[in-house]
This record gives sequence, structure tokens and C-alpha cells, in this order.
Amino acid sequence: MTATTMAVGARSESRELYLEDVVRVSMVLTVFWGIAAFAVGLLIALQLAFPVLNFDLEWTTFGRLRPLHTSAAIFAFGGTALIGSSFHVVQRTCRAQLFGGEPVAWFILMGYQLFIVVAATGYLLGITQSREYAEPEWYADLWLTLVWVVYLVAFVGTLVKREEPHIYVANWFFLAFILTVALLHVVNNLAMPVSVFGTKSYSAFAGVQDALTQWWYAHNAVGFFLTAGFLGMMYYFIPKAAGRPVYSYRLSIVHFWSLIFLYIWAGPHHLHYTALPEWAQMLGMAFSIMLWMPSWGGMINGLMTLSGAWDKLRTDASLRFSVTAVAFYGMSTFEGPVMSIRPVNALSHYTDWTIGHVHSGALGWVAFIVFGMLYHIVPVLWGRKDLYSRRLAEVHFWISTIGIVLYITAMWVSGIMQGLMWRAYDELGFLQYSFVETVQAMHPFYVIRAMGGALFLIGALVMAYNLWRTARGDAAPARV
Amino acid sequence: MPTKIEKDSVTGQNTTGHEWDGIKELNTPLPTWWLYVLYATVLWSIGQFVLYPSIPGVRTYFSGVLGYSAREELVQKMQAAADQKAPFLDRIRQASLADIRKTPELLGYAVAGGRVAFAENCAGCHQSGGAGAKGYPSLADDEWLWGGNLAEIERTIRYGIRSAHPDSRTSLMPRFGLDGVLERDKIDDAAEFVLSLSNRATNADAAKRGATVYAENCAACHGNAGAGQRELGAPNLADGIWIYGGDKASIVKVIAESRNGVMPAWTDRLDPAVIKMLTVYVHALGGGE
Ligand code: HEC
Ligand code: HEC
Ligand code: HEM
Ligand code: HEM
Repeated sequence: MTATTMAVGARSESRELYLEDVVRVSMVLTVFWGIAAFAVGLLIALQLAFPVLNFDLEWTTFGRLRPLHTSAAIFAFGGTALIGSSFHVVQRTCRAQLFGGEPVAWFILMGYQLFIVVAATGYLLGITQSREYAEPEWYADLWLTLVWVVYLVAFVGTLVKREEPHIYVANWFFLAFILTVALLHVVNNLAMPVSVFGTKSYSAFAGVQDALTQWWYAHNAVGFFLTAGFLGMMYYFIPKAAGRPVYSYRLSIVHFWSLIFLYIWAGPHHLHYTALPEWAQMLGMAFSIMLWMPSWGGMINGLMTLSGAWDKLRTDASLRFSVTAVAFYGMSTFEGPVMSIRPVNALSHYTDWTIGHVHSGALGWVAFIVFGMLYHIVPVLWGRKDLYSRRLAEVHFWISTIGIVLYITAMWVSGIMQGLMWRAYDELGFLQYSFVETVQAMHPFYVIRAMGGALFLIGALVMAYNLWRTARGDAAPARV
Repeated sequence: MPTKIEKDSVTGQNTTGHEWDGIKELNTPLPTWWLYVLYATVLWSIGQFVLYPSIPGVRTYFSGVLGYSAREELVQKMQAAADQKAPFLDRIRQASLADIRKTPELLGYAVAGGRVAFAENCAGCHQSGGAGAKGYPSLADDEWLWGGNLAEIERTIRYGIRSAHPDSRTSLMPRFGLDGVLERDKIDDAAEFVLSLSNRATNADAAKRGATVYAENCAACHGNAGAGQRELGAPNLADGIWIYGGDKASIVKVIAESRNGVMPAWTDRLDPAVIKMLTVYVHALGGGE
């Protein structure tokens, strides 16, 4: 009996107990936002290679589309996937319906979508707080605060009324994600609106305090949104798809608490060699280095859960994506501590190396773990025995993997070259290159990166087709 | 509590006895290598805290056993770089432009330094190597608006052209169309005449009529045969080199609206030695006189 057929068997009894409509809708939205985010990512990648694609219109300039891309990727695609999958996981691992029932669940999902649409249209019109990953202005922030508090209450409420004696590890991670994001969001967005009818506001912080608050926020957005939340996803979907017990309960406890404790302090590694006091920069570096093993604890638990089930990698599309995601997670959480070491950061900072690091995490880890979740959850939610086409899922896997490899290798080469060119002196003591010469040298890599992005987008479209046919219950054509 | 500890046949480890939606957990101990590397990173951090600035106090912070400061390191490095350059820069400051050109050692240094300063300050408008772009004249050809010897180039760089500096070079071509000096068809004729100077007139009659318009309105600045006049920065119109484009539409637009390009003054922004190096560099780009 495969994991999927087991799930189908359990489905009939679960139908009344668990809210599934809201999860189904959130999965459709996840796919939609994913494609939108990748498409805008591809567009801005092309803009960097070919500036005419800014179209000379204020709404379509790189400056406005870039936050559209980052928010669409992290908050729309990642956030919707997290909300939907956390609903799914918390109900099943607590054997309880979501606290508050249908109305609360729909309010959270749809309220969050409203936030996304308000924020995104604001960017295009030039409304922004200019805080990276926290660009939405005060009115959108207030609305999100309300939605998020309801999310927290619904999640905790479900944990409280659970029918299982213990709280499953995935739920620790989801809870850490929801709780910390609430805290980060509120503090970083403390601001005074200029008027109740205007969009503009001024931050409560100024100068270096402002910078530190912002990067405390943004780093922990990485740690709790892009990491803890998706680890929650991993802890449910990998053992589920592998049909194997989680590798080590003890490791999950130790790496959970060390991760939570250490992440909070690492933000200053984004502010090396700035006006931030030196002791704070050093602190940020030390905590980043100590983050290495706690991060790898998650990777080990993900990978080793497959012992005894490695053969499933050949047949199960979901597992293949999830396991590759965990490998990329391991890679980027090794790269991150290395980049936080000051002399390394002196080279990598402000260069494409950072962009490469971001996307090995974002494409390799975040997007792949979501794809893995989708390939597992869609047949379960729509009551299908299997995917419409395993072969198409395989096609998706390979073209998007090639896309990631093109993307991140291009950015490594471009970033390191850029960093080295900036610091090259000739024997007379003059800088060897001007800025514009470094930009020229990066052009070919921008083109390669855009090609990688195009492959990634095509892969996602293939997935969308496959999932749609799966949901409709279409029989796979022969030989697929 | 439904706790049922089992032994997993694949790994030989016991489960914890809990189960959620069919998921169980093994009670595998922490991998030793993992734990040791974790300890090693903690030791690294402790070592770093002792050696480098780390723990904050109320008014100050523990500055570390090594007494390291990145800010001081920067100051030292900047000083070292300045010290390395100082002897040459002093010589350049003292030497005349002509002497710099004559002394191979200084010339090599000035061209190297000028190249960097040009790439940083000028290439945004004049493009890499001074190749020029529409609206920004090429500095690498023999054609000069204001003069291509060392003194003239230095003056241009120092005070700019139509810049805000009181010693700036100035001269304004009238806006023949916008200010209603010439009718539309007269402007058209004049443009045909300008084209005819480089044998590209599209309408011989119009060019002939344009000759009169030109003689009356333009020759004072651009010269009878269109050779231009450097005192006024009026470009040569007969040499086929254009700042604003040589097609008829562009020429009509310049006559009707006038362009009057602005080149900023650099004397308050750059060190005199740097301006000298820039002068020598621009002069050496190909068209120096
Ligand atoms: C903001 C754009 C801009 C920048 C920056 C700039 N220039 Fe210019 N420069 C111009 C324009 C426009 C002209 C032509 C003015 C005119 O039409 O008479 C010009 C003209 C010149 C000329 C006169 C050419 C001739 O034919 O006589 C020289 C020499 C020159 N620039 C050198 C420099 C140097 C050296 C720098 C850097 C220190 C520099 N420029 C920076 C816009 C710029
Ligand atoms: C007061 C002096 C003056 C008069 C009169 C004058 N010009 Fe000019 N003209 C200039 C100057 C100075 C420039 C350069 C403007 C710049 O560099 O931005 C110029 C530029 C031009 C250009 C652009 C050249 C290029 O390389 O793109 C054309 C064409 C031109 N003039 C044609 C005319 C015609 C035709 C008339 C008469 C109808 C005329 N000018 C009258 C001073 C004059
Ligand atoms: C087709 C896929 C994608 C492409 C082509 C793409 C492209 C880009 C480009 C061109 C930039 C701007 C880089 C710069 O300013 O130099 C960028 C930034 C960013 N992208 Fe993507 N992206 C993709 C997918 C994703 C995904 C899935 C995520 C997150 C889950 C993501 C998160 C980010 C973030 C956080 C940044 C900002 C990085 C920084 O400021 O350092 N991207 N992306
Ligand atoms: C142990 C784990 C990690 C550490 C120590 C770490 C460290 C770093 C460092 C040093 C930078 C560069 C800062 C700079 O020079 O500006 C950075 C940037 C970034 N990292 Fe990580 N990283 C880790 C894991 C991850 C993961 C898993 C992701 C994504 C899923 C991620 C996403 C990002 C993003 C989005 C940025 C760019 C921020 C910006 O400048 O906009 N990181 N990280």
C-alpha cells in the first residue's frame, strides 16, 4: 500500500472532520501565485540583461517590479502554500477540525489574499515604505496584523483542542513561524501615518537603529518564514510520502530550539562594514556560524527519514522534489554562514553572490519543497489514486533543476567576478575597473540567469497542467 | 496514552511510541559528528568574542584582546594608498601640462590615473574611452567644439560648458522655431542647406533657398562654409560629425528648438592633479592638438 492509497482510504472518514475546501483553494492559489512570481522574476531578470524591457513606463520599471517579484514569491506563493499546508497538517496531526471552523479559515486565507493584492497594486503605483520585504504601507500592514492574529488564534486553538496526546514536530515549526512573524511584522512596521487618508507613513526608527530593526526583521523573515514554516512542511510531507518514521526525535528537539534561539541574533550579518557598531557586527557573524549545525539538523532529519525508502525516489515525484529541496537547504545554510564571515562578506556583499545565495534557498529549497507538497497533496485532496502523469512530473523536475543550476552558477561567477573587479588595483595604485565595466562584464551571466529562470517557469507551467488534469481525475494516457 | 514503542527493522532504532496521522518517530541519538561540529562552532564564537569587539556595556563595549577595529583598519589602508600615490601626484601638481606630456614617466602615470578618473566621472555621459553618444560629443576624434589643445581641454574640464560656474564657457544658439524667428519652411530650407554642406541635400531647390537663410541667420556663428567657430563652440556643420544626429529630422529639431548641451564644471569637485591627469588622458585619446 503506497502512502497515497493509504491517504485515500483515510479520506472518507476525514471528510466531515477536516476542513478541506479551504485547503484546496489555497493550493490552487499557490500554483497561481507561483507562476506569477516566477514570471515577474523572469521579467526583471531580462530587464537587468536588456534595459529596454523597462518600457520607459514608471509602472514597469525594475524598481517597482522587483518588490512585486519578491513579495509575490515569498508572501503570495510561499505564504499561501504555508497557510494551506499548515491547515492541512495541523488538522490531521491533531485529529481535530481547525479552531473556528469554516468562517475563520476562509477569513484567514481570503484576508491574506486581499493583503497581497493591496500591497502588489501599491508597488506598481509607487507606494512603498522602502523597507525590503516590508514594503507595504501602514494600512496594508494593519490589515495583515489582524489577519495574522486570527491565524495565530486558529492555529493555537486547534493545538489546544487536539485529540493526540503530543504536539507533532511539524506543528512546533508552524507555530514558531506564525508567532515570530507576528512579532517581526509588528515591530518593524511601527510607523506614523502622515494622515489617515494618505498612504505615506514615517518609521518609528531612524538611522542605524532603523537599519538594525529592518535587518533583524528581514533576516528572521528568512529564518521563520522561509525556513521554519517550510521545515514544518517538510516534517509532515517527507515521512508521509516515504512511509517511514522520522529519523530522530531527539535531533528534532535540539535543532528546533537551537535554530529558534540562534536565528534571532544573526541579523547584523546583513550590515557588515556599515555604521552599525562593530561589536554588533561581530555578534551577528558568530551567531550565523553557530546556525550552521542547527540548520543541518533539519536537513539530516529530512534526508535520513528516507533510509529504507530510497528506492521511492525513482517513482515518487513528491519525494524527489522534497529531498532535492532538503539538499538545497543544506547547501544554502552552509553558504550562508560562510558569507557571514566578515572577510568573505567584504567580497560577496552588494554583489550577485547574494542573489545566487537567495535563489539557491528560494528556488532550491522553498519552491521545491512546495512543489513536493503539491504533488503529494493534490491527489489526496481531490481523492485521486495518483498523479495524472508521473512522466510530466519528471520533466518538471529536470527542467527546473537545470534552471536552478543555471541560475545559481551564473550568479556565483558573476558575483565573485564583480567583487574581484571592484577591488582590483593596478600597480600604480589606481582602481583597475570602473563600475560600468563591471556591469558590462556581468551581462552574459544575466542572460544565462534569465535562461535559468525561463526553464524554471516552464517547469511550473508543466506542473500546473499536470495538477489540473490530476484534480479533474483524468486518466493518464498510456505510457505515462 | 497510546504509547507503543516498536523497533524499526531497517535502522534498528526504537520509535518514541507516538503516532500522528500515520507518522511515527525514531528515537535515534544525535549524530556524534553533528554534535561535535556544533560544539566547534560554539568554541569558535567564544574565541571570537574574546579576540574581537563583542560584549556591549552601557557606554562602551569590550573591544577584544586583539584591539582590532575595522574603522581604523580602513583609515590605515586609505592612508597607505594615499602615501603610495602622493609622490607622483605632487609632481603632477607642480609640472605644467606640457612637461607632463614630455616626461614619459609622468605621462604614463597621468594617462593611467586619467583613465580611472574618466571612467568614474565622465564615462556616464561621454561613454567608455570617450566614444561619445547622442548629445555627448566624442572626445576621441579630431573634431573639437571648443578646442583640442591641452590648455583648452583643461579649461573645459575645469569650468564646464554652460555650467553654473562663473567662468564657464557659454554661447547659446537661438531657438529659431520656438521663438518665432524663422517660419517652418525657412527652417526646412536651412536644414536642406546644412545637409548640402556634406552633400546630402534631398531637395536642391530648397537647399538653394536655404543658403540665403543660412547666410543671414547662421553664418555669424557657424561660418560661411559651415566650418564652425571655436570661440563660440559652434560646431562644424560640414564634416559629417554630429552631436545630435545628422538626419534631417534631427537637424530641423536643433534649429527649431536649439539644444545647448551642458557639461558640468569639475574644479570644485576634483583635485587639481586629477584634472590635469584627465586633461592629458583626453588629449591622448586620439584627437589631441
Ligand atoms: C552630464 C554629462 C557630462 C559629464 C558627466 C561630462 N561631460 Fe564633458 N561634455 C558634456 C557635453 C554635453 C558636452 C558638449 C557641450 C557642448 O555641446 O558644447 C561636453 C563637452 C566636453 C568637452 C569638450 C569637447 C569639445 O569638442 O570641445 C570635453 C573636453 C569634455 N566634455 C570632457 C569631459 C570630462 C573630462 C569629463 C569628466 C571629468 C566630462 N566631460 C564629464 C557632458 C558631460
Ligand atoms: C549664436 C550662435 C549660433 C547661431 C546664430 C546659430 N547656431 Fe547653430 N549652434 C550653435 C552652437 C553653440 C551649437 C552647439 C550646441 C551644443 O553643442 O549643444 C550649435 C549647433 C547647431 C547644430 C547641431 C550640430 C550637431 O553636431 O548636431 C546645427 C545643425 C546648427 N547649429 C544649425 C544652425 C543653423 C541652421 C543656424 C541658423 C538658422 C544656426 N545653427 C544658428 C550656435 C549658433
Ligand atoms: C523564475 C524564477 C525566478 C527568477 C528568474 C528570479 C529573478 C530574480 C531577480 C532578477 C532578482 C533581482 C536581483 C537583483 O536585484 O540583482 C530577484 C530577487 C529576489 N528574488 Fe527572485 N527569481 C525567481 C524566483 C524566486 C523565488 C521562488 C523566490 C522566493 C521564494 C525569490 C526570491 C527573491 C528575493 C528574496 C529577491 C531579493 C534578493 C535580495 O535583495 O538580495 N525569487 N529574483
Ligand atoms: C544558516 C543559515 C543562513 C545564514 C547564516 C545566511 C546568511 C546570509 C548572509 C551572510 C547573507 C548576505 C548578507 C549581505 O551581505 O547583505 C544572506 C542573504 C540572504 N539570505 Fe541567507 N543565510 C542562511 C540561510 C538562508 C536561507 C535558507 C534562505 C532562503 C530560503 C536565505 C535567504 C537569504 C536572502 C533572501 C538574503 C538576501 C537579503 C537581502 O540582501 O535582501 N538565507 N544570508
